[in-house]
Amino acid sequence: MSGLLEAIFERLTGRLPIGWLQLAHNKMRLAAALAGVAFADILILIQLGFLGALIESTKFPYRQMNADILLSSSDMNTLADSNPLPRQRMYEALAVPGVSAATPLYYGRIDWKQADGTIRTLDTFGLDPTQLAFKTPGINAALDLLKLSDVALIDSRTRNVAKSVFTDIDAGKALSFEARGRTLSVAGTFVIGGGMTTDGYLIVSDQTFLKLFPQRVAGAPNHILLRLEPGADRDAVTAELRERIPQYDTVARSLETAMAKDTAFQTTQKPVGVIFGFGVVIGIMVGCIIVYQVLSTDVADHIREYATFKAIGYPQSFFLGIVFEEAFILAVFGFVPAVIITTGLYAIIAAATGLPLDMTVARAIGVLLGTIAMCALSGAVATRRLAKANPADLF
Amino acid sequence: MKAQSSAMIEAGAAIVLRNVNHWFGDGEARKQVLFDIDLAIARGKLTVLVGASGSGKTTLLTLMGCLRRVQDGSIALLGTELRGATEELLVSSRRRLGFIFQAHNLHDSLTAMQNVRMGLEVHGAEAMRDWRDAAAHVLTTLGLGDRLDYLPAKLSGGQKQRVAVARALIGNPDIVFADEPTAALDKDSAALVVGMLKRLGTERGTTTLMVTHDTRIIERADCIVALQDGRIVDGSAVG
Ligand SMILES: Nc1ncnc2c1ncn2[C@@H]1O[C@H](COP(=O)(O)OP(=O)(O)OP(=O)(O)O)[C@@H](O)[C@H]1O
Ligand SMILES: [Mg+2]
Repeated sequence: MSGLLEAIFERLTGRLPIGWLQLAHNKMRLAAALAGVAFADILILIQLGFLGALIESTKFPYRQMNADILLSSSDMNTLADSNPLPRQRMYEALAVPGVSAATPLYYGRIDWKQADGTIRTLDTFGLDPTQLAFKTPGINAALDLLKLSDVALIDSRTRNVAKSVFTDIDAGKALSFEARGRTLSVAGTFVIGGGMTTDGYLIVSDQTFLKLFPQRVAGAPNHILLRLEPGADRDAVTAELRERIPQYDTVARSLETAMAKDTAFQTTQKPVGVIFGFGVVIGIMVGCIIVYQVLSTDVADHIREYATFKAIGYPQSFFLGIVFEEAFILAVFGFVPAVIITTGLYAIIAAATGLPLDMTVARAIGVLLGTIAMCALSGAVATRRLAKANPADLF
Repeated sequence: MKAQSSAMIEAGAAIVLRNVNHWFGDGEARKQVLFDIDLAIARGKLTVLVGASGSGKTTLLTLMGCLRRVQDGSIALLGTELRGATEELLVSSRRRLGFIFQAHNLHDSLTAMQNVRMGLEVHGAEAMRDWRDAAAHVLTTLGLGDRLDYLPAKLSGGQKQRVAVARALIGNPDIVFADEPTAALDKDSAALVVGMLKRLGTERGTTTLMVTHDTRIIERADCIVALQDGRIVDGSAVG
């Protein structure tokens, strides 16, 4: 096997795979180095997995919205923290050419107490059941039910709730629970999926919402969803909305832009996002240090051999080639077990938390390239020791 | 008359040294180790460098072998001036040379064949055609035909040194530099190596410059150069 690889390497480069032979000669060091690179890669991949889950789960509710443009409070950072804005903005928006429909969306948070006393946090949207605020089939099929007082629909992906609870609801056995002093009757399910800040979602009518949150008023929703006429230019309409709607309380953005701003805020401003990003940096540093240690020790151990090759007439590039060859081998063979182990860890964490952790091809390739770059960088630093290889000292 | 004879020697010389001085250290510690060396090393001959310990033999060898920079004077190696040469020129000049060190300096991760190969690979793809045959041939000539795929750890000291000799010779060097190479060799091996170097001298015009105390080798030398405290005391041709 390794003989074949050596032959391929020779064919491609015209030289002996000395880096590989050196690494393979000291099996203990090779194993330790690969374990180190794999460890760093696992660390990086796990952090990126969480970061990806944060981004992905932030997008879940946006993706379900039946809207082209979102009006939110001008200081909104995330879907959950948009302050109420005047419903008047909805009528102003409807007057803009190209806007075909508008519907208000109310947001609040409800604690669903479980039999065992624990709480599931549900991000709750109040919507006008005569409008299609969402594209979600489970929601739109049950709009008539929502018109009844205190009826709710629940996200069947809600974290840490037995699947049977939702299959029972789908089978027609309505679930009741107490929330905010009222008894909600859950009459149907839909699929969105929880995230880092919420266990799942709950949908109620605007009327029910206002009863659950008596301090809120119908005239001040958290968001206004706008749909455009077919063929309307979204950017032009958005620009026009900005002209007409006061910017001090309202911001008009395409749904994609709002979503992108939200994920950017979650990943760079919120502590969780920053912590995951920091975890990636730590992983890279650990990897760099380990690879540097291994490669510089390896260079130091072979300084006489390198001095001999220098005497024979090999140029500096030859030695850089050896070190980079080693760096590349460590990167690739450290990455492979890391990606396998992390895929398993993702599955375990996803099962435990309901977070969307997946090994995407883009992430795997990105981390592989990053690992190669990390190892090459460490190798480049390690090659400084090559200067010590002085052939005159051999005699 | 004298001028003419030295010109004749130089015409057939592989290396010509003129007024070479060399110092080690800086400032207070600066110490001169070679003084006004004038020397011509005959092409195709086995020249032996003798002298007491510390007389400057190794320093002189490394200067001629492009392993040290010439500080003062002139060294023409195969017609190339080494004084003020760029690093690239020194490196490429070394490819025309073969080195046999006191220690074998084999790479412990490479087999005997692969170690020998390293002496050839430096010359590029063209030289690498049939490298297996070439490497096996040199090793067999040196009595290592049954040790081709051994790692150095599995070879005796003398065998390792013979692999190092094979590595130095496989690239058909114009000049071979050897610094007490026979220290690690038994009598028969030493005779084998010296015989081979002498044969290369007659067949290919390979020049050999060797530092040694071994009287049996000194007896077979074509020329002997004696150093004493950094000066040449005897540069006579023998025989
Ligand atoms: N790198 C160095 N730095 C400082 N002084 C050196 C260095 N190398 C050699 N010398 C000094 O230069 C002088 C000549 O040394 P050199 O090694 O050339 O002698 P040599 O004839 O080869 O001796 P030996 O037979 O012991 O090998 C000695 O006095 C030695 O101490
Ligand atoms: Mg010496």
